[in-house]
Amino acid sequence: MAQSAVIRPGHVCLRVLDLEAAVRHYRDRVGLLEIERDSEGRVYLKGWDEQDWFSVVLREADHPGMDFLGFKVLGTDALARLESDLNAWGCVTERMPAGELRHCGERVRFQLPTGHVVELYAQKDFMGNGLGRVNPDPWLEGVKGMQAQRFDHCLLYGRDIDGNIALLRDVLKFDLTEKVVDGELVVAAFLSCSNKAHDIAFVRHAEDGKFHHASFLLGTWEEVLRAADIIAMHDISLDLGPTRHGITRGRTIYFFDPSGNRNEVFCGDYTWYPDHEPIIWTADQIGRAIFYHDRRLNENFLNVVT
Amino acid sequence: MHGVDANAPPTKGPDAGSRFRGFHEVSIPDTGQRIACAPGENILRAMERLNLRLIPVGCRGGGCGVCRIRVRCGKYVTRRMSRIHVSAADEAAGIALACCLMPQGDLEIEVLGSGTSNPMSTVNPLQG
Ligand code: FES
Ligand SMILES: [Fe+2]
Repeated sequence: MAQSAVIRPGHVCLRVLDLEAAVRHYRDRVGLLEIERDSEGRVYLKGWDEQDWFSVVLREADHPGMDFLGFKVLGTDALARLESDLNAWGCVTERMPAGELRHCGERVRFQLPTGHVVELYAQKDFMGNGLGRVNPDPWLEGVKGMQAQRFDHCLLYGRDIDGNIALLRDVLKFDLTEKVVDGELVVAAFLSCSNKAHDIAFVRHAEDGKFHHASFLLGTWEEVLRAADIIAMHDISLDLGPTRHGITRGRTIYFFDPSGNRNEVFCGDYTWYPDHEPIIWTADQIGRAIFYHDRRLNENFLNVVT
Repeated sequence: MHGVDANAPPTKGPDAGSRFRGFHEVSIPDTGQRIACAPGENILRAMERLNLRLIPVGCRGGGCGVCRIRVRCGKYVTRRMSRIHVSAADEAAGIALACCLMPQGDLEIEVLGSGTSNPMSTVNPLQG
């Protein structure tokens, strides 16, 4: 059961330079299911094990990056309450009408102190995972590529990550699960609204509103290796991995979509409970915190963002 | 290939200076280094294929800007690049992203890079 009225990251809208190349990447390589397109030309996709209508929206634009990240909340009462809590905290919100995203109810949109656009919504149409709810089979046949089960989290870069942490903890009731500190300065933060080790993460960066990666869940380490094979087979731009993150313990591989937006597929973090204390990493150990095996942070982790 | 040695240097035509037929030579006069690009191949890919490290490599998709270069002379085509990193004015001035630039003849370039760097790079000197 969620500890926050926020249940999970429910969707991410990514800007891409070439829509059809992006669809081929997310559908045929990452293995999301293409659900539909809207009158603005946006493409909606979801992981095979997701119940709601979509979790990824692709929009063609002249520069890549993230348009917005959406969190699903438990019901319209919680949505209204969180909206007024955000306003009381000094955060300006805007209501996006139901149907502005296909099959999605009203969304309460606001900006994080780092400039990223985040929205909350309570309703999205049910599509199901194709297995049914009575005596279901364990997995869906015929899924392509890496067979990502679902969208899991984003890592975002910007200046005032302290403000982000305060907003997410104080207003949306996320827990801080892990942080990287350089003396008093928090240089990276991982936050959860659920039992996961993180639902969103931030790294301090000179420029606001930057997107580091969108991550998708796989079932096993073997599937992470298979994802690496698919990256090689199809000559996809590899960033790093397969490897282990010290932070969150995730087994992971980083790669890029055809517009240069970073993706991650991973498996195996730990279970977070709200009575846990945050894990602390010190900046002198940041290498093993990020890439546990190499024990070295590469320049690209810090500087390659969209 | 009908008696044609694909590896023989062409003796005339626009690519007469290139080492391989159809290949385009990209030179970086500031450092004296060269990259031989296959037809249709972008500069960054050719550089990586040759195991050279002359231009920073990031996303390889025209999104991150770390491979930013300026073409001093020569003909080329580009695929779509992030407007954040290459404005219309930049483009007119020969600025491009190496991962999106396909030479159409021999080129002379200079490496610019993205010009932005995460302060953590200096706050936390990279280990190793
Ligand atoms: S490597 Fe990212 S824009 Fe070329
Ligand atoms: Fe991640």
